Amino acid sequence: MKYAIQVNASPNDSNSGYCAYQFIKAALAKEHEIFRVFFYQEGIYHAFKYSTPPEDELQMTKKWTELAKQKGIDLVVCISAAQRRGLLSDDEAQRQGKNDRDLAEGFRISGLGQLLEATLLADRFIEFG
Amino acid sequence: MTKKFLFIMREAPHQGIQLQEKLDVILTAAAFDQKVALLFLDDGVFQLKKGQQPEKQGLKDTASIFNALEIYDVHDLYMEVESLQERGLKPSDLSLTVQEFYRKDVNELMRGYDIIF
Repeated sequence: MKYAIQVNASPNDSNSGYCAYQFIKAALAKEHEIFRVFFYQEGIYHAFKYSTPPEDELQMTKKWTELAKQKGIDLVVCISAAQRRGLLSDDEAQRQGKNDRDLAEGFRISGLGQLLEATLLADRFIEFG
Repeated sequence: MTKKFLFIMREAPHQGIQLQEKLDVILTAAAFDQKVALLFLDDGVFQLKKGQQPEKQGLKDTASIFNALEIYDVHDLYMEVESLQERGLKPSDLSLTVQEFYRKDVNELMRGYDIIF
């Protein structure tokens, strides 16, 4: 089955992002397809490259980056949600006269159209948090 | 491709930007020519309360965005009767006309949709 996933909560306020991650791992292990993971609202905090939790705590951003690398999962961060919270892509930062390269590896920034496309093309859509 | 989308509106307005961000998804779905409906539950019923003046507090007038939904062909606005009553509100306190549903019928309503936000 083909799944589209949305993550709405930050890694620090909720474990729903981690639940999404565990669901994805389990789904992939059963040979399901993850069409896209869309990070919206506070969920965009999963994509900050320089988030540096203490070593004995959950490293969510690193986990996503590894997942994208190993399994080729499409991790999309909503551009308007990201901009509201100060996470800019390279070109957007440049356009706004800011100097940010904060997006973690394995993520890309795009619009809500990507979320809609994912809900339409997947068999199931699951929203976490 | 067309799917039926149901958006569950259950937070009070002006508590943060959750409502604005949800409205963005609603307008995007509508702009994609999807079949879109909204269900107001719990404190979400306040989103349509008449006579809000959020600009006075420097907040966004989200209620006026709901008025624009008609332009996007979004006509199905459902409201849970009990949520409205528990908050001392009547349909005439709302800025838009809604279809009322009793709590016992909400499950059945949801079953009619492909995607629930």
